[in-house]
Amino acid sequence: MDTFKETLSIDIENVTVAYHGKVALHKASLQLKAGTICGLVGMNGAGKSTLFKAVMGFVKPVSGRVLINGLPIRHVQKNNLVAYVPQTEEVDWNFPVSVHDVVMMGRYGYMNFLRMPRSQDKHAVRDSLERVEMWEMRDRQIGELSGGQKKRTFFARALAQQAKVLLLDEPFAGVDVKTEKMMINLLMELRDIGYTILISTHDLESITTFCDQVVLINRTILAYGETSEVFTEENISRTFGGSVIDLRTSYKKQKS
Amino acid sequence: MELVNWFTAPLQFGFMVKAIWVSALVGIVCSALSCFMILKGWALMGDAVSHAVLPGVVLAYVMNIPFAIGAFVFGVGSVVAIGFIKSNTRIKEDTVIGLVFTGLFAFGIVLVSKVKSTVDLGHILFGNVLGIADSDIIQTVIISVVTLVAIAILRKDLILFCFDATHARSIGLNTTFLYYVLLSLLSLTAVAGLQTVGIILVVAMLVTPGATAYLLSDRFDHMILIAMASGMFSSVMGTYISYHIDGSTGGCIVVLQTLLFLTAMIFAPKHGLLVRSRQYITD
Repeated sequence: MDTFKETLSIDIENVTVAYHGKVALHKASLQLKAGTICGLVGMNGAGKSTLFKAVMGFVKPVSGRVLINGLPIRHVQKNNLVAYVPQTEEVDWNFPVSVHDVVMMGRYGYMNFLRMPRSQDKHAVRDSLERVEMWEMRDRQIGELSGGQKKRTFFARALAQQAKVLLLDEPFAGVDVKTEKMMINLLMELRDIGYTILISTHDLESITTFCDQVVLINRTILAYGETSEVFTEENISRTFGGSVIDLRTSYKKQKS
Repeated sequence: MELVNWFTAPLQFGFMVKAIWVSALVGIVCSALSCFMILKGWALMGDAVSHAVLPGVVLAYVMNIPFAIGAFVFGVGSVVAIGFIKSNTRIKEDTVIGLVFTGLFAFGIVLVSKVKSTVDLGHILFGNVLGIADSDIIQTVIISVVTLVAIAILRKDLILFCFDATHARSIGLNTTFLYYVLLSLLSLTAVAGLQTVGIILVVAMLVTPGATAYLLSDRFDHMILIAMASGMFSSVMGTYISYHIDGSTGGCIVVLQTLLFLTAMIFAPKHGLLVRSRQYITD
């Protein structure tokens, strides 16, 4: 893939999102420059998926605004600026599509209305599948894959979209070590050529290993920035409402 | 000779020739759509829409406009009503669907009982392909062409919409448009289907062939071809069988479709029961 000339950023300015009168996200602000892997950490219901939806343009904030690379959010979908890799639990694995079909779906935004793939589409698909080492499996129906292979397929779809902002939802849940290592390496390569990668995860340990930035969320953005500065015990306990500390102290009590 | 005769004897009657052509066409079109219906999880919706169109069909008859228009208005309208009630009350989706379509269906029955004369409720409920009027044939052909062309052009987007509507939206596809396209095609094919099997059974035409093909294929393009073949086969053979046994045409068609499904369920090479039980033993 080519290195990108412009720097990309996610610019969330004082965004409030509400569903049916309940506030899911309150005055959230976040700015990410291009070339970063950023972990998104928070409890369930803290607003992680709402944040993703705001970046993808799926929800309209009640106040505030979202800019992707300086462009207002309505440009995101038509211009393939943001790609989303879903949790594998949400997919219908019995659907009669092959690995290749799924990755090609990442290209529909570029194709003519009959969705006939041209050579650049076929190249993008092949390139993506080779990057995740799934090219040999391209004709398999998706239900025949292992957990790690399933993740890689959807990751390849996001790559084929050639979007410079990647949103990953729990990408390492239930994944084998080999796939996890491969994906982390791939993410770091993409970061080095200017991708902005936001990963929603519950795996606190992994954050320190490969996320250079972290965002802590609990109905609002509590803190964000360099992992070394922001990922402190105090901030973590604010994010989880003290529950993490309680777990650790109760374990210590059991040991003694 | 006996066997050839079995096939050629009915063809000496003009009404049988028409019936066989029309049911073949309707079988093909409904089966094509059924693939999308079962993958999207719209079987219950299909049942609802096919019943909800009854008042539309009767009103269209009274106003002397094509059935398809009346059916379309009530088909799409019923789904809009379902959506409205679901979003604005605490009632769950399956309940809302049940109460909307039965209410509309009952309204249609009352209308029929008042209109009487040449509107035969039996024909609408159970189909009347053997007595189909030429104007209805033209309407059925138009609906079939529109449906097949729409599916041919929008196939890939509709497949993506059924598989992963979120992704479709995120790459800029208009998922609301695709939703209403599927819903409109459902309403139109319900009208086509009611000619051959009637309102009560039309949901079978929109579900069973897709289900059969789903067990026999892992690729969508194969699935839709298998569905269309099975739909056409059961419609034509069902019509033939109903002639020879002097029984309900619609009933014969749907029974045959169901038998095809049961055969696939047991013998399908990858997803059938026999294959699965053998896997149990060898694992």
